[in-house]
Amino acid sequence: MQIAQVVGTVVSTQKHRKLEGAKLLLVQPQTPDGTPRGPVLLAIDSVGAGVGERVLVVIEGKAAGDALGKKAAPVDAAIIGIVDRLDAEEVSS
Amino acid sequence: MQLAEVIGTVVASIKDTNLTGTKLLVIQPLGTNGQGVGRTLVAVDAAGAGIGERVFFVRGREAAYPFYPVEVPTDAAIIGIVDQWDLG
Repeated sequence: MQIAQVVGTVVSTQKHRKLEGAKLLLVQPQTPDGTPRGPVLLAIDSVGAGVGERVLVVIEGKAAGDALGKKAAPVDAAIIGIVDRLDAEEVSS
Repeated sequence: MQLAEVIGTVVASIKDTNLTGTKLLVIQPLGTNGQGVGRTLVAVDAAGAGIGERVFFVRGREAAYPFYPVEVPTDAAIIGIVDQWDLG
């Protein structure tokens, strides 16, 4: 799983039928200290997250399909938790 | 999944038989500012997309799922057309 921040919403009328009813959010993966890392992704939201919240994201097809509750769904990322608090120590290099 | 813009089409007469009948599109992944990020790639279309449209696509094994039970050998598939996105 990765830490990410919800940065936006996506509206799509014409989409694959397995995605009907799915809520799509834009998420920016982050390091534990909040630094953006990598491109913004679209993730299925299965926990009711909102813009600005810090979330846990799975970036793997099987897990994302499970979160959506559909078999063989063409998805590769899903929000599966909202972070209340995160404590991490910096590793000195 | 990732945002992208369809920037081209690909014609390939000789291809894996399970790709027969699929539409191959060249897409440029986009950032939330609408600017291109990263390399362009070819994706199979599962949403009825066309050139100039903003779409979203899935990568990996799951890109073949829209065509189930045909096992299309692809690593990227367009699965939706974006009407709009909003940044909070």
